[in-house]
Amino acid sequence: MTMTTKTQPGHASPAKPRVHHPGLNLGPAHQESEDTREEMVFGFWVFMMSDLILFGLLFGTYVTMLGGTAGGPGPGELFELKSAFIETMLLLISSFTFGMASLALKYRNDRKVLVIWLLVTLLLGLGFLAHELYDFHKMFTEGGVPSRSGFLSSFFSLVPLHGLHVTGACIWLIAILGQIAVYGVDSFVKSSLLRLAILWHFLDIVWIGIFSLVYLGGIV
Amino acid sequence: MSDIWNFVFGRLGWDALPFWEAIKDPTTFNIINGVIAGGAAALVLLGALAVVVWITWAGKWRYLWTEWLTSPDHKKIGIMFIVIAMVMLSRAIIEAVFMRAQQAVGLDGGFLSPEHFGEFFTTHGTIMIFFMAMPFLTGIINYVMPLQIGARDLSFPIMNQISLGLTAAGAAIVMISLVLAPFSTGGWSGYPPYTELAYNPGAGVDYWIWAVTLSTLSSTLTGINFAVTIYKKRAPGMKLFRMPLFTWTALSTAILMIFGMPPLTVCTALLALDRYLDFHMFTSDLGGNMMNYVNLFWAFGHPEVYILILTPFGVYSEVFATFSGKRLYGYTLLVIATICIAFLSFTVWLHHFFTMGQSAAINAVFGIATMLIGIPTGVKVYDWMLTMYRGRIRLSAPMIYAVGFIMLFVIGGLTGIILATPSVDYQVHNSLFLIAHFHNMLIPGTLFGMLAATNFWFPKAFGFRLEKRWGRRAAYCWIIGFMLAFFPLYALGVLGMPRRSLTFFEPAYLPWTIAAGCGAIVILFAMLFLLIQLWVSVRDRHHNNVFAGDPWDGRSLEWATSSPPPEYNFPVIPEVFSRDAFMAEKEQGKAYQVPDEFPDIEMPANSAMGVIIAVTGTALAFGLTWYMWWLVVLSCVVTLVAVIARGYVRNTTRIIPGAEVRRTHLAWLEHIRCTTPVDRSKEQTSENRGLPVPPVEGAVQ
Repeated sequence: MTMTTKTQPGHASPAKPRVHHPGLNLGPAHQESEDTREEMVFGFWVFMMSDLILFGLLFGTYVTMLGGTAGGPGPGELFELKSAFIETMLLLISSFTFGMASLALKYRNDRKVLVIWLLVTLLLGLGFLAHELYDFHKMFTEGGVPSRSGFLSSFFSLVPLHGLHVTGACIWLIAILGQIAVYGVDSFVKSSLLRLAILWHFLDIVWIGIFSLVYLGGIV
Repeated sequence: MSDIWNFVFGRLGWDALPFWEAIKDPTTFNIINGVIAGGAAALVLLGALAVVVWITWAGKWRYLWTEWLTSPDHKKIGIMFIVIAMVMLSRAIIEAVFMRAQQAVGLDGGFLSPEHFGEFFTTHGTIMIFFMAMPFLTGIINYVMPLQIGARDLSFPIMNQISLGLTAAGAAIVMISLVLAPFSTGGWSGYPPYTELAYNPGAGVDYWIWAVTLSTLSSTLTGINFAVTIYKKRAPGMKLFRMPLFTWTALSTAILMIFGMPPLTVCTALLALDRYLDFHMFTSDLGGNMMNYVNLFWAFGHPEVYILILTPFGVYSEVFATFSGKRLYGYTLLVIATICIAFLSFTVWLHHFFTMGQSAAINAVFGIATMLIGIPTGVKVYDWMLTMYRGRIRLSAPMIYAVGFIMLFVIGGLTGIILATPSVDYQVHNSLFLIAHFHNMLIPGTLFGMLAATNFWFPKAFGFRLEKRWGRRAAYCWIIGFMLAFFPLYALGVLGMPRRSLTFFEPAYLPWTIAAGCGAIVILFAMLFLLIQLWVSVRDRHHNNVFAGDPWDGRSLEWATSSPPPEYNFPVIPEVFSRDAFMAEKEQGKAYQVPDEFPDIEMPANSAMGVIIAVTGTALAFGLTWYMWWLVVLSCVVTLVAVIARGYVRNTTRIIPGAEVRRTHLAWLEHIRCTTPVDRSKEQTSENRGLPVPPVEGAVQ
């Protein structure tokens, strides 16, 4: 158990034991960020669990509302596999590029590489959002508005919530890029990146749920 | 002109004044209701004004800002949570008295209008759950838990501030609704379609939605904070099964908050989408399904019940052990029972709507699951009784609450088993029998627990004991008042009186409603006695001083510090070798030692985040309620900017020099050396200065 070896603030012993946490362990080159930020990463995982409940309940609600189209357009008429597939790809690739950014953070003491991967990630995230908004716009023009039926209401309470999360993650990423510009890659930035990475990959997983359940399930 | 007016004030108009109806149509009936509502509004305004004037007069703004509002100290945040809870408790009790008065004269009439009565039961329920019980237990855990596990603070002190800010904002919104009425009339559970825009176009339901949402977000963050703290910040050697039972229940509560609060967030958010953006989640037309709301609400609501009760279970465990002078009987069993209750709490939500119309088999499953919870709870009751068995019991105020709790809670639990039988539930569903049952659980369970906790830990927090006589009077008044106010409701429920009845036409109800009304008055006295107790205790604070820190011969680590503890709690983090860590130290004569060295201590620096969130949260909720969109946008932008700017702050900690720690600690030890230890017979006298005589091997004292 790690607890017995856990150091407390104020116990600045010279030989700090390694503490592993359930995120990307940055390794000995980043000792300070490792030790002080362990609680934060763990706490963020707990937050993710809580957030997952939100999505889980909205998924459940969506499934129960599938029949509530009230004579309005249903999933078959509104969803387009091609468009949803492009969004999926954008998001999956952005997860890959974030992974590259994390590796750059861990192994390459080169701020430029890190920032480039982060910028690519950000662009892909924004691209996803733009495409999703375009999709919603198209649905609106075809009469797929939330006020039309219970089914559409539940769709628009689930999918845009994911989009809202991606928006928040993008804002966070921009804020971190600003911090890198001001302070360089210090332990605060490292800790933020570790947590943002968790959020980013989490949103990928949620999207895969949306893609399979809402889009694939709807079109089938 | 009117465009500007509409832009600035949204739909807020003169009719929001609580006595507007009485001015427009001054019948006697309207005037009575107007005076009550207007009086309440005046009380809120005068109260707020009095506080502001008093702080200004005392010149305490700077002190308030630096020492309290911006302090990340878990102890101060805990106390502020409890202050909110006490203020809201006072209001909700007064509301309860009005409702009981209405029903006591409610045969063929009464003096309250239906809207007014609806607001009373809605605010009473909403406040008691979200702004009394939740802040109260959050405050107690906040204060005690880090001390019990030997930590300096919670894992995320600034997030703790934000939790407090969100709760304060929610409470402020409920208070503002007294001045700029109305509040919701949809009950604390706010079931649609009644709370949908079609039936309730006014501001009331929106007030309710945003107040509850703020509280929910606060509790989610609090849950994360508590759980991470308990997992990551325990002192060396404090394994999970060495934690005090209160910390165990705090951990279970935290886990329930993490998983139990999101359903309510979903619930209120979807209802808000229905009301603001014309969604059809819960409407009765266009494919909406209100049963989804009911399921989501109780997916929160039932874990919530155990959030409310597990923490008091922890308090009682500490109280029984301490005031019986014995170690807790069946520690392991109590831990297992706590975890079982926490787990089972997610499996029974459907018993809140047995009459929904699902199959008998489903009802049977949930009925049995509900009855199962009786088993771990029964285990706990026996463990507590066996803790008292052959102990030297000191009947102090916390102990009176605890003994009253055991007896009354068992009765309430038995009526719960009755209600868990679906066929019986059909008969008494939505009757006063139900009201009697859940008050029977929540008053002796939660409220008595919280009051026991305040009496128990108050000397730790403030350095002097609460006065015992008024404490006992308050405790007995609570017990008697509760029985008088709520046992008649069992009879009324069986006689068929529905809950939330404004008036009734069955004369057989009258004696019972009058009895219940008398009980409400006794409870009002109980509340008054609590305030007198506080007043008398503050007056005699030098007389009852317990700076040495251990007035009750305590067992766990929080008693190993001075009262009040220094900001950093412990000069060096203690090492733990067994359960009841402090008692073990005292038994081995190892308490109150001088550490070999005093290293510098790193503590979180002050931050205004909590205050900012409180202000923007209140503004956001207010703007959304009254359609003041500029205020909504403004508060969102300010929140976002504040959160981003917080990320740029680099000096998040400050160092307390070891020399200062050393000075403080040695001064306290010197004080202890000059203090005369007392035995337990003098516990409630002024001779008790917070130092017990050391325990004698093998003897209970």
